[in-house]
Amino acid sequence: MTKLAELARLIRSKNAGPFQLTFDIMFERPEIYDRVKKSGAVTRDIVAQSYNILPKDVLFFYCDNALAIKASIPRPFSQGDLRDSDGHGGQQYAPLMDIEIP
Amino acid sequence: MMDEMRILSPSSVCGSGFLEKSFETALSWQPHFIGCDGGSTDPGPSYLGSGKSVFPRQAVMRDLRLMLIGARKLKIPLMIGSSGTAGGDVHLAWMFSILKEIAATESLRFTVALIHAEQDKKYLKRRLKQGRITPLDPAPEFNAKVIDRSERIVGMMSTEPFLRALDAGADVVLAGRASDTAIFSGLPIQHGFDPGLAWHVAKILECGAAAVVNRKTPDCMMAFLRKDCFEVEAPDPTLRCTPQSIASHSLYENADPFFLVESSGTLDLTESRYQAVNERRVRVAGSKFIPAKHYTVKLEGAEKAGYQSVMIGSIRDPFIIRQIDSWVSRLKERIRIRIEMVYGKTLKHTDYVLNIRIYGKDGTMGPLEPVKQTAAHELCLLFEITAATQEIASTIAGIMRHQGLHLPIPEWSGLITALACPYNPAHFDRGAVYRFNVNHVVKPKDPCEMFPMDLFAVSGARVRRIAK
Repeated sequence: MTKLAELARLIRSKNAGPFQLTFDIMFERPEIYDRVKKSGAVTRDIVAQSYNILPKDVLFFYCDNALAIKASIPRPFSQGDLRDSDGHGGQQYAPLMDIEIP
Repeated sequence: MMDEMRILSPSSVCGSGFLEKSFETALSWQPHFIGCDGGSTDPGPSYLGSGKSVFPRQAVMRDLRLMLIGARKLKIPLMIGSSGTAGGDVHLAWMFSILKEIAATESLRFTVALIHAEQDKKYLKRRLKQGRITPLDPAPEFNAKVIDRSERIVGMMSTEPFLRALDAGADVVLAGRASDTAIFSGLPIQHGFDPGLAWHVAKILECGAAAVVNRKTPDCMMAFLRKDCFEVEAPDPTLRCTPQSIASHSLYENADPFFLVESSGTLDLTESRYQAVNERRVRVAGSKFIPAKHYTVKLEGAEKAGYQSVMIGSIRDPFIIRQIDSWVSRLKERIRIRIEMVYGKTLKHTDYVLNIRIYGKDGTMGPLEPVKQTAAHELCLLFEITAATQEIASTIAGIMRHQGLHLPIPEWSGLITALACPYNPAHFDRGAVYRFNVNHVVKPKDPCEMFPMDLFAVSGARVRRIAK
């Protein structure tokens, strides 16, 4: 098993507009991207679990062209609202780093 | 029809900068127009709410000066969208004042169009009543009351208002809130280029050189749009575009990487093909544009959430750290009781919002944080109080400080001081704070009806309004 953070060239989060968060998991080489994709370890359900939300609220994509996996979720609070803690949504990706890839 | 349209995007945002040398190289490639956006929602609701701009005046002036001089030298259009960060009337006026100062200093002559994006509240209420305002997903509740309490609501214009400005003779277009891509896609589509390619090239251009492999600072990007493909290359010879870097760019700040929704339709990237022309240039083909059934304009609005005071205090005592959640809830209760003593019945507990963030535990992720137990040996607490006036917020902050300092724990007997406060005074007043309150679209009767235009002839320091 290897942690996703050791295989990806970049894992990041960002606002997709003021009401959604989006996560990009990007890879350097096609072999590594294929390995992760085929492992079935990175899924809509895992993303939902990582953030304690429902799978139906997760948008999930494999982007073969970009060698990337992408997921988007609703923000718990809209960008900049009173209880929001991350205006740009840039520090929300850490839980994805620990996903174990066979 | 022309064979190739060359488009220059000097920077990701006017005010964030670009290298002068890159810009000169790009001009030598003879672009047909220059486009740049001046903002987005990315900096947060405060700018739309307060009317301020996120980039300093001097920084915007430096970028705009180079763009304007370059565009006038080549006699090509310069189009700026989302002026002054949020693209309201006050932001547009700010951008125009910078443009006028540059024109006067540099003795430049041109016609400029100002396109307004701030929405008339009566117009929005009428469209709402007609059922022509509908929510996107997710969206907050939107009704006439929300319209009334908004500080400002802007519509995100698409290509049509830009083209109307150019058709009216504008050399320079300063637009209020605009779709970043619309700045770049309108003119090529008007010249007969494929809409799928035009919207896709626009999507890559809108962030300047952000789509290169090795961006060092914000810089220029150039696109070469042809009948059946487009190519992109950064003028700085040390920057490289690769098929992967260009394909990846459609992921950035988009919820869906394959379908990008615009006013007049959806850009479909599912069949886009990316190919290296050389080690720095990429060719793209196969992108499609699916026209929408109904033309829609996205709204962005901000309202005042209140006035805020904040205080920072940290904790090093392991006894307090191990019971931090109960300590914080006991503290909240003590603050509530003390507020009642001070204000009596004149202030209800729903009249203020008290928020205590615990850094070292879940300060960064809040409810999304999967780690529930902190292993930290110290915690930083950020106390926030938001109320209807600054005076109330500030008063409660004073109460909060004193209650927090001395809240006891069972492990110690005697008076404790539980918080280390790095600042004196311990709290500071932040003034008005805002929230976004709309994520809806309007179905207008005409793409330009929400975006009135003013036209001015500028000659050095002289500015004359032209009849439309």
